[in-house]
Amino acid sequence: MHRPRFRRSRRLTAVLASTAAAVLLAASCSGSSEGTGADDDPGKKATITFWHGWSQDHEVEAINQLIAKFNATHPNITVKATPNVTDDKLVQGVRSKNGPDVVSSFTTDNVGQFCSSGGWVDLAPFLAKSGIDPAATFPKATLDYTQFQGKRCALPFLADAYGLYYNKDMFAAAGITAPPKTMSEFKATAAKLQQYNPDGSIKVAGVMPTFHGYEFTPAHAMAQWGPSYVGPDGKSNLATDPRPEQFLTYHKELVDALGGFDKLEKFRSGFGDEFSAQNPFQVGQVAMQLDGEWRTASIAEEAPDLKYGTAPLPVPDDQADKYGRGYLTGTVIGIAKSSHRQAAAWEFVKFLTTDTDAVNAFAATIHNVPTTFAALASTPLANDEHFKPFLDIFKSPHSNTTPASINGGKYQVTFQEFCYGWEAGRVPDLKAGLAGVDRQIDADTAQAGR
Amino acid sequence: MTAAVPPALRAQRRRRTARTVAFLSPWLIGFAVFFAYPLGATVYYSFTRYDLINPPEWVGLQNWRYVFRDYPYLDKALRNTLWLVAIMVPVRVLFGLGVGMIAVRLRRGANLFRTLCYLPFLAPPVAATIGFVFLLNPATGPFDQFLAGLGLGDVGWFNDPQWAKPALTVLAVWGVGDLMVIFVAALVDVPREQYEAAQLDGAGAWQRFRYVTWPAITPIVLFAVVTGVIQTMQYYTQAMVAGKVASGIVGAPGQSFEPGYPDGSTLTLPQLVYEEGFSTFDTGAASVLSLILFGIAMTVTALLMRRRAGLLGDD
Repeated sequence: MHRPRFRRSRRLTAVLASTAAAVLLAASCSGSSEGTGADDDPGKKATITFWHGWSQDHEVEAINQLIAKFNATHPNITVKATPNVTDDKLVQGVRSKNGPDVVSSFTTDNVGQFCSSGGWVDLAPFLAKSGIDPAATFPKATLDYTQFQGKRCALPFLADAYGLYYNKDMFAAAGITAPPKTMSEFKATAAKLQQYNPDGSIKVAGVMPTFHGYEFTPAHAMAQWGPSYVGPDGKSNLATDPRPEQFLTYHKELVDALGGFDKLEKFRSGFGDEFSAQNPFQVGQVAMQLDGEWRTASIAEEAPDLKYGTAPLPVPDDQADKYGRGYLTGTVIGIAKSSHRQAAAWEFVKFLTTDTDAVNAFAATIHNVPTTFAALASTPLANDEHFKPFLDIFKSPHSNTTPASINGGKYQVTFQEFCYGWEAGRVPDLKAGLAGVDRQIDADTAQAGR
Repeated sequence: MTAAVPPALRAQRRRRTARTVAFLSPWLIGFAVFFAYPLGATVYYSFTRYDLINPPEWVGLQNWRYVFRDYPYLDKALRNTLWLVAIMVPVRVLFGLGVGMIAVRLRRGANLFRTLCYLPFLAPPVAATIGFVFLLNPATGPFDQFLAGLGLGDVGWFNDPQWAKPALTVLAVWGVGDLMVIFVAALVDVPREQYEAAQLDGAGAWQRFRYVTWPAITPIVLFAVVTGVIQTMQYYTQAMVAGKVASGIVGAPGQSFEPGYPDGSTLTLPQLVYEEGFSTFDTGAASVLSLILFGIAMTVTALLMRRRAGLLGDD
């Protein structure tokens, strides 16, 4: 009597166990999204949308090639890419019910907003499920700028490193043999390279140091001083940290050494568009320029005869041991809260950010810095004499970026506006002015606090 | 004692009311959808923290306190708007009236003159603004080279805080074709016999304008001023484009642009509304700024309308 029941029970257990095993097997094969919040099956046919900021033809073509590569291994997922998307369009899309699945931003400024608002979903469960250890995959600097207060809502999708471009012909004509390494050398070199017209106006600038001089923004240039921006109490500390004051004092001296603000600004107003063949460095209007690594691709395409070199931007004289550092930022990528196909979206994000061949191919095409250890070790860009210094800047432990904030880049805009006033001579007391900037940034942060 | 309304009459009244409402419905729907609801929603959002992603969270007067106490751009934007209302609007109206008077007096080539004066108004604002920024570029612009040839020195135009608003005024005057058209229509409507009678009485040109032309066109002048003030309150495109092009920071992905270049001299309230709403995603503060803008526009318009009787004279 008991045996049949026992047998039935064992049979039932065996059936249940095999069913469970089959379910688990199926789940692991299909990459079930358990624990990630995603409710779609990445093994099923799906169409996802990808919003990105690239707009130039060769960049859009490179994205399309990446998608084609992805489709070779994921034929069930169709990716529709939308180019030239800025962050404001991104947020408007994320909040809609039919917004994008995969989202990317050219700036790390808004990561704090994306993470804290939940607009971009937490990627930690996806990484864990895929067995990816972020610390073993991505360099620390990129991990820092893709999270906010411990929440990882983005991954690095190629990085930007900022350094010095210099015109070798102009250097040779001025008898300068090597790029400057300290800020005092930088000022002397720039002054030596500067050329004037007979009427006293600038003919060629040694460097365009005013803060509207394209990439010569306060954030990019001040990175050489290694500022902290935020104190241990979480409040803005531009006035208490001595480095912003040192930076701005030096900057004023540099502007004065190159003819003064008015003369420089008048010269700058005649510059062509930054992202065109009329870029002032490419056409010889400036002898040196602070710029990102992507400029190497533009020069190769638009000014192939230009003889130029690249190097890290100089550091303050009292921080000579930090030479090699630079400002870092990069494109960040994530999954939108609005996505109904988050598991499929993750497959695409994982491919773009961790597939070594994909990362290297895209980095080589658009001349950006690859963002995984594996890709950095094998990138063909290391053989490019112009690009290699940017890889070194990226690897420098002293390189830094601007911290993520709950209200995006608003604190940078506030500081930037103050810097415009400072360089134009409208700020009588630098220390008091910086204290005012701190108060404003703290008030803005409190307004955004949730 | 009130006599009961017969059912037939009641039905007739109901039909008449329904017909009236039906005729009014396009306006009523438009008013509700495009004015009443947005206004109500803006008032509500001004008391909330709303980042466009998460549901609004009630914060009471926090946004109002922030805008009036801690927000650094409100004063600057209000001052710029006041300048544009006080200078740009009258200059534009006077210029439009002047061009209109020339157009009606021309005996030959009047149509060509009117066409040439009207054409700039048809230019897309973005293209026109970019064109002006290049024309008035202090380093490479032909206008500054012309001034330099005359020995009149450098003018920074869109790159100089002192000259940026006058440069925008020049741009606005260039596109005065819309006002010219309505002034021409008003001027040709003034009865010729009144001019003839005034002339017979020995009235000079100024007296004919003061006592014949002006009373006849005053309603049109008022219309031009009121619409000009409202348009100036909403001034956005030209100021934003001029700032971006002149600063060289186009606001491409990855760039942060501060509106109002140079030194906040072209900052206007609508730019702040956009920046707070869609760049910082602070819908609460953006709503407060919108309501301030709405309040000012309503007050100025009401004041102008109250002055209407005085402007129109005893008639």
